[in-house]
This record gives sequence, C-alpha cells and structure tokens, in this order.
Amino acid sequence: MTHPHHHDRAAGAPVLQVTGLKKAYGAIQAVGGVSFSVQPGEIFGVIGPNGSGKTTLFNSMLGQITPDEGKIELNGEDVTQLGPLELNRRGVGRTFQTLQVFGKMTVRDNLIVAAQEHSGSMFSRMFAPGDSGLGARADALIDQFRIRHVADKKAGELSYGQQKLVDIAMAFMSEPDLVLLDEPCAGVNPSLVGGISTLLKQLNQNPKIGSHSSFVVIEHNMDFVMDLCHRIMVMVEGKVMAIGTPAEIRANKEVLEAYLGS
Amino acid sequence: MKKLSLIAWLVTAAVLLVAPPFLKNYGIYLLSYWMVFIIATMGLNLTVGYAGQKSLGHAAFFGIGAYVVALLMKAGISFWLGLPAAALLCFVVGIILGFPALRVQTIYLAFATLGFNTAVWLVMRNEEWLTGGTFGINDIARPGFFGMSLDSNLAYYYLVLGMTVLMGLLLLGLLRSPWGKAFTALRDNPIRAESLGIDTRNYTLLSFAIGAAYAGIAGGLFASLVQFIEPAPFAVGSSIMMYLMVVVGGPGYFLGPVLGAAVGVVLPEWLRFAQAWYLFVFGSAVVLLMIWLPDGLLSIPDRIRAKKQAKEASAARAAAAKNMGAPT
Amino acid sequence: MTDFLQLLFSGMATGAIYGLAALGFTLLWQASGTINFAQGEFVMLPAFMMLAFMSFGAPLVASFVLSVGLAVLVLGWIFKRGIVDPLFKFGMMPIVVATIGLSISMRSVIRAGYSAEAHPFPSMFSDTLFNIAGVTITMADVGTFVLALGLVFATQAFMTKTVTGRAMQAVAQNTESASVLGINVPRMIFYAFAINAVLAVAAALLVTPTYLAKFDMGESLGNKAFFAAIIGGFNNSRGALLGGLIVGICENLAAAYISPAYKDAVALVIFMVVILFKPQGLLGKKEERKV
Repeated sequence: MTHPHHHDRAAGAPVLQVTGLKKAYGAIQAVGGVSFSVQPGEIFGVIGPNGSGKTTLFNSMLGQITPDEGKIELNGEDVTQLGPLELNRRGVGRTFQTLQVFGKMTVRDNLIVAAQEHSGSMFSRMFAPGDSGLGARADALIDQFRIRHVADKKAGELSYGQQKLVDIAMAFMSEPDLVLLDEPCAGVNPSLVGGISTLLKQLNQNPKIGSHSSFVVIEHNMDFVMDLCHRIMVMVEGKVMAIGTPAEIRANKEVLEAYLGS
Repeated sequence: MKKLSLIAWLVTAAVLLVAPPFLKNYGIYLLSYWMVFIIATMGLNLTVGYAGQKSLGHAAFFGIGAYVVALLMKAGISFWLGLPAAALLCFVVGIILGFPALRVQTIYLAFATLGFNTAVWLVMRNEEWLTGGTFGINDIARPGFFGMSLDSNLAYYYLVLGMTVLMGLLLLGLLRSPWGKAFTALRDNPIRAESLGIDTRNYTLLSFAIGAAYAGIAGGLFASLVQFIEPAPFAVGSSIMMYLMVVVGGPGYFLGPVLGAAVGVVLPEWLRFAQAWYLFVFGSAVVLLMIWLPDGLLSIPDRIRAKKQAKEASAARAAAAKNMGAPT
Repeated sequence: MTDFLQLLFSGMATGAIYGLAALGFTLLWQASGTINFAQGEFVMLPAFMMLAFMSFGAPLVASFVLSVGLAVLVLGWIFKRGIVDPLFKFGMMPIVVATIGLSISMRSVIRAGYSAEAHPFPSMFSDTLFNIAGVTITMADVGTFVLALGLVFATQAFMTKTVTGRAMQAVAQNTESASVLGINVPRMIFYAFAINAVLAVAAALLVTPTYLAKFDMGESLGNKAFFAAIIGGFNNSRGALLGGLIVGICENLAAAYISPAYKDAVALVIFMVVILFKPQGLLGKKEERKV
C-alpha cells in the first residue's frame, strides 16, 4: 500500500490539532475559539444544536472557508490556509450532508474517480487505462459496503440509501488519514442507520482500507453518535462546552441541560 | 448488442469509403463539409458536453484555424505545417480563454466567450492588411499528400475523412482514460470533484484548450475545402449554431457531434425541397426536438432503458403488493 | 454642437426602445433562468400582428391592444407552458437551443407565410418638429423616449411597490423560500413572461415606424437588446435601461462621427469592454461562485 501523505508522525501525536479557531460572519461569531485534537484511529463525534457552529467548523477544516483566527494542524503540518484540493492530497477525505455522487457515472466509476487524482500528475494519466489500477480497491469497497448488485448502475439511479453508501465509500477510496463525515445519517431510513454504524466501525478497524483513518463525525442522531464514537465534543453557540467519552458526556449535567434535553 | 454495433460500424465505414465516388461533386463536397463540422463540434462537445463549461465563441477558433492555414499557405508554407500551427495557436488561445471560466459563473462565462468571438471577428473584418478584411482570402490551394494531388473534391474528401477518424480516435482515447472521468466529475459536481483531489482548475483550462485546438484543425481543413474564406462564417451566429449542434446531437455523448453536425449542416440541405419554408421546418424541428429530447438525439437509448426500468420497478411493486394481500 | 445634441436625443429615443427589449430579457432571466435568443423576434412578431389587425380595418390603438392580448397569450403563456416549463429542470442548454430554433422558425414563418418585404408602419406621433435653441427634435423622438421611459419606470414601480411585483422578486431571488411563503411561483413566473410580452409589443409599436416591419428586423434588435442587458447589468432591471441608452446614444454618435459602417460595431465594442472589466455589467452585482 502506498501512502504518500503519511508523515513521520511522532508516536502519540494527534492526527488533527485545532487550536483557537474563530470565524465570524458579520456580527455573528459562528465559531468563537474552538480547540480540540483527534488521535490516530479515533472516531471523534461533534454534536450540538443547530447554529452551534459545527458546519462552520467543518468547512474551515475542509478548506472551504478560511478562519479568522486559529490554527489547524494535520499530522503536525499547518494546513489552515489550504483549500480542498491540497487537503485531499494530504490525506483528508469527506462525505457531504446532501448527496454528492456523480449521478451520470456508474457506482464503480464514482469510486475510481474518487481516488484517481490523489497522487501523481494529471498528465501521467492522459491516455492511461481508465481505471488507473484502482479497480481492485474499488471492488473491495463495493463488497464491504454490499453494493455489488448495483455497482454497474449509474449512481443517479440508486435509492437514497444506496447513494449515501456510495458517497461514504468515495471518501475512503484514497485511503485518507482523516475522514470528515457530515451527517452521514441525514435523510437515511432508520433501518439503515445501524448498517452505516457497523460499516464505519469496520472501516475504522479493517487493516486493508481505512484502519489508519481517524474520523470526525457531525451527527444529530444521538444513539448513533453514542454508539459509534470514542470521544464526543459538544458545541454550543460556537464554543466547546465539553469533550469526553460517551459515558462522560451522557453524565455531564451542563450538556444535559443545554442540549440533550431529557 | 455488441455484435449489432460492430456490424453498424462496418456498414458505416463501407458506405463512407465506397459510396462517394458514385456521388455527384456536390454530394462529396457536402460530405466533406459535414466531416469538418464533426471535428469542430467534437471539440465543443468536450468543452460543453463533457466538461460542462459554457462556450458560445467556438467559431472564433474555427476562424483562427482557417486564417492561420490560409495565410501560411499563401506565404508558401506547407499545409502540413500550417495545420499543426493552427492547432497549437488555438490551444494556447483556448487556455487564455479558460481563465475567465475560473472566475465567473456560468451565464457570465457565456457572455465572455461571446465577447471573445466578437473581438476575433472584428479583427478579421477590420484588419485588412492581415486578413483581407471583408474581401477575405481566396484561391486557397488544396494540399498535396506525398506527391499526390488532393485537388479534386473526392481526393480531399478522403483526407478529411481520415482526419475526422483520427481526431475521433484521439478524443475517444482521452475520454476513456482517467481524464474522461475527471471531466465528467468537473461537470456534474465541481465541489465534490475538488474535495476528491481533482484539479478542477487545470481540467477547466484544458477543456477549453483541447476544444479550441479541435476547432482550429477543423478550420484549417475548412480553408482548403472552401478555398475562399471571409469573416462571416466565424461570427457569433456560427458559434450559436455549433452550440446548437452539440446540444441537439447530445452533449456528453461521444457520437453526438456526428448527429449534431448532420442536423446543422446536412439537414438544411435536405430541407431545400420545402423551398421558402425550409428554415421554418428546421427551426420548428429544433424546438420540438428539444422539448421531446432535452438531452439530445443520442439520449434515446438511455430514455428507453429508463422507461423499461421504471416499468419493471412498478411491476415489481405491484407484484409485491399483490403478494402481501394474498391469503396465507 | 447642435448636431451632437440632435444625435444625442434621437439616440436616447432608440436607446429607450433597446431598453424596453433589454428589460423584458432581464426579467425573463431573473424569473426563470431563461436566456431568450428569440427576444428580437418577440418584437418582430407583434409588429406583424398589429399590421394584420390594421389590415382588417382596426385603428392603431385597437390593434395595439389586441396585439398585447395576443402576445401575452402566445409569447407569454404558450411560450412558457410549451417550451420553458418542460425544459426547466434540464438546465440552460436545451432552453437556449430551443429559443434559437424558435427565432429561426419565427423569422421564416413570417418570411414564407406573410412576406419577405419591408412594410411601412404608421407612427402614433404626428410629424411635428420642435426647435429648441437651434436643435431640431422630432415629436417621434420625444414621444418614443417619454413612453419607453415611462413603461420602464412603470415596470420598476410595479416590481418594487406592489405586492405582486415583490412576490415576483422573491421568486426570482429564491424560488424555494418563495413557495414556502405561499407565493404561487408558477403564476409569478408567468407574470414575468407576460410583462416581457407587453414590453415587446410596446417596443414594436415604437420602433417599427422608423425601421419598417420586416421578417429580419428582430435580428439586429435582439442583438442590441442582448448587449444592452449585459452592459447594463444582467441581474439588474435598471441596468437594462441604462445599457439600452448607452448603446442607442453611442451608436448614433459613432455613425455620424466615425462612419455608418461602425454603427453596429459600437454595441459590440462597448459590450466587450464591459465584459473585460466588469462582467456583471455596469449596475450589476457581483455574483460569487457559490460554494
């Protein structure tokens, strides 16, 4: 396996380190000083009511927007100013809250294109074989996600739940160090949520694909988050209210009052 | 299905190779005309159909190619050097035209390409010292090929046919490579594409550049075909017609340009029997075609397949419903 | 100097007509994302409608009113329901190409079905000339300018001050939110098409007396309206009028001071300069690439 983006990470050093991140939109301080770190192989959940700044935080980490203040470090490297393209090359993958598959391509092609540009110059791929040698990896993911029966269909023809699986699979094709999952259960049939949770756990531990991946997951489905994540960060009004294990968060009175409600 | 398409290809190849000597001179000329526009439209199909850009200035590159070849030949330089020169120049200018595409949104990009076409056309029309202005350039020769003269319509037709096949194979190779998927990703979801490491910037620029180069080569062939060029066929109106050809044939379908160029070039000729009404029939046909097949003529197989799938799905649902209601 | 002023005033009159056509064009774009390449023919057809009504004996005013009704039906309702609605969800390409086909067929249906000749068209203004400080201005120039300007401002007022107009603006800016607010989105979009039809008939009434009714009169007019809309600002209704005036005035001046051959080139040149330096138009707002 080639991982061109693996740095010589010091043992115990975090994959992701966010320090003092701030972003304001006019008078609204969407993110007001957020700091946290994600350890290698960790599944890190981010929860909070609507408007708590989760999406802005995510978009900053993904290079879609530039934060006003603060630092984002990936494997020790300062990536605060980088855009989505450079971040992908450094081993960051993401899924989208609204479906973002390439509807007119087959499922298999969706997966192949998801990793084909990850390394090497585009000119080396001119007139090269169509699957860029990624066929085996795509097939492995297709089997793992159990979408073999629709692999040759156009992605746009699949059901919502199936497209969601493709969307998630695409994020893992380039074997990223860090995967940011933006509401992976949004709009998904409750019966499928368990399947997604199992898949993500498998990907987190599977030595072939994804095992060195750390996840950061935004989700509203509490059961899903508590079951899946190793640690959870609670955001309220742009600030961090608490970070801890699911058990600690469940027992945290402040969080219960502000957010969990019951 | 594969056997059927192989037979279809062989029949087409046979017709294109064997039939022309039996056609009248005008028929051969029309075939060559059609081929030239297939090449030009293939380029635009890449830019607009595969990469999802907006380009309403394609005829400008067509014209640049034509004038470059015509002027170089007048200066005594061989057609075979002029043609690549035209392609190269158009490639470079295409990259330059791609830069606005990186900054402006779709509709404004369309305007920018219109503006570009207009500028080029104005230069062609006014710079008489270079282009002959509205008087154009005439007596453009036909090239020779390893000593053989290609003066006759028939001989030149085989050259154009060969070039069309060559350019088509090149494009097919490019689209089958990872570049094809990258272009499609750029077209369908540029944001996702970027987050997957696809360099949308470079692919955008290249989609314009390669499309432009194709138009340039077509223009060069055009110059020696019609042997007299002037600015009119390279104005915005022609760009709009080329855009029509891509959309009618089917944007993003490899053979779309073949059909689209046929509709744009050959159909008006066939309709001449309708005399004064032939343009009305053509215009109305385009409108009806768009309403019926918004994705172009080549989307017909996909639509049939989609209808079949829908039928099967609803039949399956009906069967399932029936089973659920059946007594145990 | 007097020549200059004369050219200025007659240019303003022509420019105001361009502004009418450009305004309708802009409204269609804002309401439905439709680029109407047949906009010139949308002016040409009502000219012949009015001629037809008049040939049956109707006076000019009655012909105008009848043509407005007919145009709203054909160029508004039938155009929207028949072409724009079915193609709306397929993106810009099919609609653009459909309007290209439409412009070709409209031109040829008049040419083949009615006449290829240029027909005279009565002016609604008398032949009076005004003489102010040595400058001669025709009644037609003044009347055209005033009427066209009035129509543009009336449309503006309608869009900003009436409930319906504001609803139309809401639809233009954010269709989903508008329908959530209970606005009848399809009807608002239809109103935009209807207004375009009315403006087109008005433009025909004002421009045909000078340029004569011919099947291809829409070509040049459509181009000018298109350029005027872009020069002024494609996402801004006031821009349409400004763009039209600029084109009309500069054309006239160029024809007189440079050469008549450059008359048409002027709109092109201004268009190119604006595209290069301010692609969103003189009064347009910059539309950022949506993330």
